[in-house]
Parts: sequence; C-alpha cells; structure tokens
Amino acid sequence: MSTSPGLTAALSFSDCFHCGLPVPDGAHYPIKFEGETRPACCRGCQAVAQTIIDSGQGAYYAHRTALPATPQQAEAELAQLGLYDLPEIQESFVRTEAENIREAALILENIVCAACIWLNERHIAGLPGVLSVEINYATRRARVRWDNGRIQLSAILKAVSDIGYIAHPFDPGRSDDIHKRERNTAIKRLAIAGLGMMQVMMYALPAYTATDMTDDIRLLMRWASLILTIPVVVYSAWPFFIGAWRDFKRRSLGMDVPVALGIGTAFAASVYATFSGHGEVYYDSVAMFVFLLLAGRFLEMNARRRAGAAVEELVKLIPAVTTRLPDWPARDEVQVPVARLAVGDHVLVRPGETLPADGVVIEGDSAVSEAMLTGESLPVSKTVHSQVVGGSLNQASPLVVRVDKLGADTRLASIVRLLDRAQSEKPRIGQLADRAAAWFVGLLLLITVVVGLVWYAIDPSKVLWIVVSILVVTCPCALGLATPAALTTATGRLTRLGLLTTRGHALETLARATDLVFDKTGTLTHGRLSVRRVVPLGGRSEREAGMLAAALEAGSEHPIAKALREVAAPAAIARQIRNTPGRGVEGAIEGRVYRLGAPAFAVARGLPPTPPEPDGGASWVALAEDGELIAWFALADTPRADAPVALAALQKQGLRLHLVSGDAAGAVQAVAQQLGIAEWHAGALPEDKLAYVNALQQQGRIVAMVGDGINDAPVLAGAQVSIAMGEGADVAQAAADMVMLGSRLATLSEGVALARKTRHIIRQNLGWALGYNLIAIPAAALGYVTPWIAGIGMSASSLLVVLNALRLSNFSQPADDGSLKAQDSRLAAQEPSL
Amino acid sequence: MDILLLLIPLSLVIVGVIAWIMLWAAKNGQFDDLEGPAHSVIMDDDTPPKPNDPAKP
Repeated sequence: MSTSPGLTAALSFSDCFHCGLPVPDGAHYPIKFEGETRPACCRGCQAVAQTIIDSGQGAYYAHRTALPATPQQAEAELAQLGLYDLPEIQESFVRTEAENIREAALILENIVCAACIWLNERHIAGLPGVLSVEINYATRRARVRWDNGRIQLSAILKAVSDIGYIAHPFDPGRSDDIHKRERNTAIKRLAIAGLGMMQVMMYALPAYTATDMTDDIRLLMRWASLILTIPVVVYSAWPFFIGAWRDFKRRSLGMDVPVALGIGTAFAASVYATFSGHGEVYYDSVAMFVFLLLAGRFLEMNARRRAGAAVEELVKLIPAVTTRLPDWPARDEVQVPVARLAVGDHVLVRPGETLPADGVVIEGDSAVSEAMLTGESLPVSKTVHSQVVGGSLNQASPLVVRVDKLGADTRLASIVRLLDRAQSEKPRIGQLADRAAAWFVGLLLLITVVVGLVWYAIDPSKVLWIVVSILVVTCPCALGLATPAALTTATGRLTRLGLLTTRGHALETLARATDLVFDKTGTLTHGRLSVRRVVPLGGRSEREAGMLAAALEAGSEHPIAKALREVAAPAAIARQIRNTPGRGVEGAIEGRVYRLGAPAFAVARGLPPTPPEPDGGASWVALAEDGELIAWFALADTPRADAPVALAALQKQGLRLHLVSGDAAGAVQAVAQQLGIAEWHAGALPEDKLAYVNALQQQGRIVAMVGDGINDAPVLAGAQVSIAMGEGADVAQAAADMVMLGSRLATLSEGVALARKTRHIIRQNLGWALGYNLIAIPAAALGYVTPWIAGIGMSASSLLVVLNALRLSNFSQPADDGSLKAQDSRLAAQEPSL
Repeated sequence: MDILLLLIPLSLVIVGVIAWIMLWAAKNGQFDDLEGPAHSVIMDDDTPPKPNDPAKP
C-alpha cells in the first residue's frame, strides 16, 4: 500500500488510536488495525474505531488530517410532549428553584429573525403561570421559569406550537437533528428559488432586449415564467408569508411584512398581466428577490450555528450512560442512563471515562483532566474527599464517586446557563436597532401609501410598480441584521480565541473600556509556586542542581516539588527517598545522599546557612550533597510568562493598567515593577478593591476588571465589564461578564481588539443600511427604480451586512509575535464544518 | 422563431427534471457535508485491507 504517512503515523503508541487523547493507565480497549493492536482511550472510541475498520474503511486512519472528537453515545429520544411533565424526565433539563418554581431551557425551531424572538417572548410570557422567559437568538434557546402549580411544561410547549414554532426542552442530541432538518429545508428552498430565478431570467432577457418578438412567443414566455415562479412563491417564499401572517395576527410590524407585501403584489400583478394581456410582468424580479433573500438567511443561519456550536460542545461533555454501584461498597455494577442517576448514588468511573456529574471521590486516587471546563491543560490530581466536576475526564485509575449534583445543578450546566443568560441579555445597541426597525416598517408603509396616492393622481398605470419598488427596495432586513450578525459572529470568534462571553453587553463595553484593573495572584501570576532563581554553589551548573532536585522530587505532589520538577528533567533515579513532612526530602543518587528542603534540614550538621539575599517575598530551599550545601532555589509565585508581552499589547491599545491585590506590598510592588504597571495598590480587601474601581468610575473612566478569586467577585460585579480567569472560583465566574478559558493573557488584548472591531463593524452596518434606504426610497418614489433593480439592491444590502459581519469570524489581531495562536483551546479544534 | 414553441416547453420540462434531482439530492443528504467528499475522493480505499500486510507498518 502506498499511503503517505498520515496523522495516524504521528500518533505515539500511548495515544488513543481513534481520538488521539492520551490513553489512561489501566484502560484496556484494544483496537485491531492491520494485524496490529492499537490502544483506545474508552469504550466509545473502541467501538467507533472497530466499526470503521471492520467495515473496510480503515483507510480513514491513513488519510485523516485532523483528529475526531471522542464519541459520545446517543441518547434515547424523548418523543411525546406529555412525557416532559414526568419528574424523572424533567430532571435532566429542569431546575427547581422554590417549591413549585421551575426553570427549563428550551430549543426553539423555526426562528428566523429578531421579531420571532420577540413574538415568542411575548406569547410565552403572557401565559398564566409563566414567570419569565428569555430567548437567545444565536442559539435559538429559551429559558423559561414557571409555577408548576399553575401551568405544566407541556402546556408551555403546546403554546409555542400554537403560534407556529416548535419548542423542545434542551437536550444536545436533538439540537443537531433540528439543525440538520432546518438546513435541509433551507437548501431545498434555495435550490428551487435558484433554478426558478435562472430559467425565468432566460425568458426575461429576450423579452427586455428583442425587438422582433411576436406576440404569441411573448405570451408563451410569460406563461412559462408563471409556471416557474409559482413554486418559487409558494414553496421558497413560504417562510416570508408565514412570518408576515404571524406579524399581522399579533398586530406588530416585522421584517417579513414588507417582503411578503412586495413579493405578493409583484406576483399578483404579473399573474393579472399574464391573464389579461395588459401591463408588465415581474416574474424575474420576484424569483431573484426570493433567491437572494434566502441566500442571505442561509448565510446568517450558518453564522449563528457556528457561534452556537462552541456552547453546545460544553453540554455534550456529559456522557449518556454510566456505571452505577447500587450496593456500594459491594462491587455490583449496573449500566444506567445518566438521567436516571440520583444524588447520593455511587458511580464507578474508569480511566478514560468522563465523569457524569459533580461529586466527591469516595475511593481511588487518580488524575482528572478538567481541560474542557477550565482550559487548564494539566490533569488535576484527585484523591478521597476531592471534589470532581461532571464533564472532566478521568485519566489515571478508577474512581468511585458519590454523586452530589446532577443535571441542571452541575457546574457544567451552570456554565452553560451563564452563557445562555448572557446572550439573552441583548445589548442596548441591539435593542435600539429592533425598535428602530418597527418604526421604520410603519413609516415605510405610510410613505408607500402616500406615494401610491400621489402617483395615482399623476399616472395610474405606474402606481403598481412604483409601490412594488418601494416595498422591495426598502426591505429593512439590512437594518435588522446589522447588529445581531456582527455580535453573533464576534461572540463565536471570541469563544474560539478562549474568551467566553457570558453577558450580552460585555463586547460593547469592552470596546469602550479605558482602564484595566488586574488582580495579582492567579491572574497576573500563576497562583502557584515556581522557581525564580537557582544559585548553584561549588562549581556546579544551574542545570545540574536542577536535575538533582527534580530526581529527588520525582514522586511528590507537593507544590514545591512540582515547581522544582519544572526546572529540569531528573538526572537519574533517586532511591531510598524519604519524605519528612514540613521539612524536606532525602534520597540517594548514584551512591551519594542528597537532602532538599529547609536549610536546617538539608545541612544537618553545624549551623544552618543563610540564603544569599532576600528576594521580593521569595522563599529559599536548600540542596545538600552528603551534608554539604550545593545549591539554593528561590521559589515564588511568579508572573505568567506571557504577562509582559500581553500587558505591553494592552498598553499599546491605549488602556490604563492598574494592579490591585490583597497581597503584601513587597510582592505586589515586585510584580508591578516587573510588568511595568505604574498604578498598584497592595493589601486591598474586597471592599477596598470595589471602592478603588468605583473611584475610577466616578472620574468617568470605563473600567474592565480582571480577577479570579472569590474575593474578586464583588469587584467583578461592580466593574462595567469584568473578566474572570477560567481556573478561578465559580463565584468569580458567575459575577463576571466574560470568562477566560485558558490562562493565556494575550487573549485579553485580542478580546479588546475584537470588541473594538465589532463596534466598528456594527457602525459600518448601521450606517450602510440607513444610507442605502435614504437613497433608495426617494429614488423608488420618483419612479427611477424598476422592481428587479430594487430586488438586487435590497438583497445586496442584506448580503453586504452579513458578509461584513462574517469578517469577524476570521479576525486575528495584527500580532507582532507568532505565539498568539499557539494554543487555541480544544473547542477550536472541533469547530464544525458548515 | 417557431422552434421556440417547442424549445420553451422543453426547457420547462428540463428545469422540472433538474428541480426533481435537486430535491432528491437534498432529501438523500447529498448536501449534508459539503466539505468531506472533497477529501474522500483522494482517499484510495480501493485496496481492501489485508489482515497481515507486511508493507504497512
């Protein structure tokens, strides 16, 4: 076989053959591939890979250029509405607040525009017993709170279907299906409209240009055009009529009203002309108009999907099935759906399996990767009594976990809800455009009537097509699309850069921010110890000393040990390692006895030596060989490696930087000086931090706060826009407007740049849409615009707005170093194709 | 020009056939993945995998 060495060949034998994740110790899921046995990380991968290979598709592994996601097992379909009222079914997607107050996330099908959102919000909110409802345009999801004593969930779902939409309680497996069906229908409508448009144009062109056409041919062409346009109007343009009818029934004015009026009048006029033999036909305009409008909506649908996908990835982390131990501590295993788990159940999580829920480790000792949740790439070690989070991946050895929180109470679900809420809270600028659009439509209809009457007085034969032109040329879609298209695309792009937007206004405010206030520990610094300086003695090199220290600390999980291991690879294997808690470690390497730890412990005989010099809050660790001091290590919480570059970039963007920390003055000053931050404050309590930010705000500054700890939560909530570190406390993330998924500080300046670019693009879009209409309406009113020019102009303006917004999806900051994109999160690797 | 009397109805029939093919294609998931097939043509899976092929590592 002459296949080039593909991605698979580059995988080491310790990685999962299917998805490329490291295979945990103790996981045994062999795959037979071309006579060899390759490892898999879990049952899912094993089953998938074996199916691929057994069906003769093994060439996939030789040719693939990207790694697939770890497969999840499909969930059982939940079919009938009434089922959704059963408590055990509701458990997975409904949160109970008080006795009867419940909250659920719903997916809405058939949402096409901001007006649909508005309609659904109003309709659901009007139901007796519904307490509140918020709908997110980007993901077509709604959050509904209701009083279960007065209304059942099934009644809410039925109410939604009564107004022509379909609502499903959220369940990630269904979301994909819905998307697929919607997309398929859109393609069919687009295809019919496209074919109709092309062929009608073929008939229209000779009718416009030919001079010697006989009347019977002309008539034949009109009839042929009519036959072709019927499916375009009845099938392809159907959503516009439905939307307009919905608006009409609700006595509100949406984007669909003028579109449907335009299509309807032009088509009706043409049919009349065809039958009666008098007047012009506009079949070509109608078909083209419908096609271009559908094309614009198709693009927009894809943009929305792209942005929504990253959020849905988070939900999909939870597996469908898990192993329950019903008689723990006995070892009887039962496979159960995660939805059937109850709080207090014991579950067995084998290496390579994903944790199904939040809980506490009861038995076992393992490393768990929380990368998907926090962006932290290192596995976190978990032992008895450790808290574990649903969605994280067990990597080392089996764990028995007692389930504490399930489904909607889990940390993962709360992250998703945070995101949902954020996207629901539409930015002010977005609401402004919505309201403007309703006024615009009303005004437009008024103008159309007036112009129609005036032309009726001047020349009754022209009234019809001038009215059609105005209705078509002024479609306010461009105006309505301007803001949501840009915000949706920008939010999606930000997520892929590693910055989750959890509140809608964040992007807008970040663009206007003038001051950036940082917390120190865990934000600008790692929040853990690392070796700042090595002082070797007696002619040894720093590297030698580091290698010895690493060897001694090879097996320890102590923070100091971890820091020392980062300095160098172990020199050799240390034997007879003995830990003296609180003092240090002793071991033998190549016949010599080494001691590492507190100075008094390392040098057992004689006086303990004094460290070389005090160093900004650092603590010193001594290494001794056979009782003789050979090296000093200075350990401190050091600034993140990328902090200087990232902060310099932010300063270049014109932001004033501040450092406010609860730490001692010495440590804060050291970090501030190292990073070039002029304004720093040490020893600040949470209320001091808040006061500091409030003082800045009173000077008219717009403050962005970056923090990570529980102590930062108040100030995060108090600042106009706030960013929490993904590794930080839950409370901090809940209070923040944005969450950094990785620990890459460069994300901040990328975020600021993207936010500014977004604001710029929204303004461009609004300016374009308004300017276009200002020119188009008078031109159409004076009769200079034929319906087909109007069709092109209108569609082009919508497309331009959407395409302009899509520029944001590939946004990358003009960078001066290439390291910025080095570490996109894993979410980025799974970006779905359109 | 009389030929148009035949050609125009014929064009309608052809458009109808194309439309039917498009709908059939959409229904059968031909548009589900617009990127994958571009790669799959390059994959030469015409060699059936042999259980013990020494040429393959």
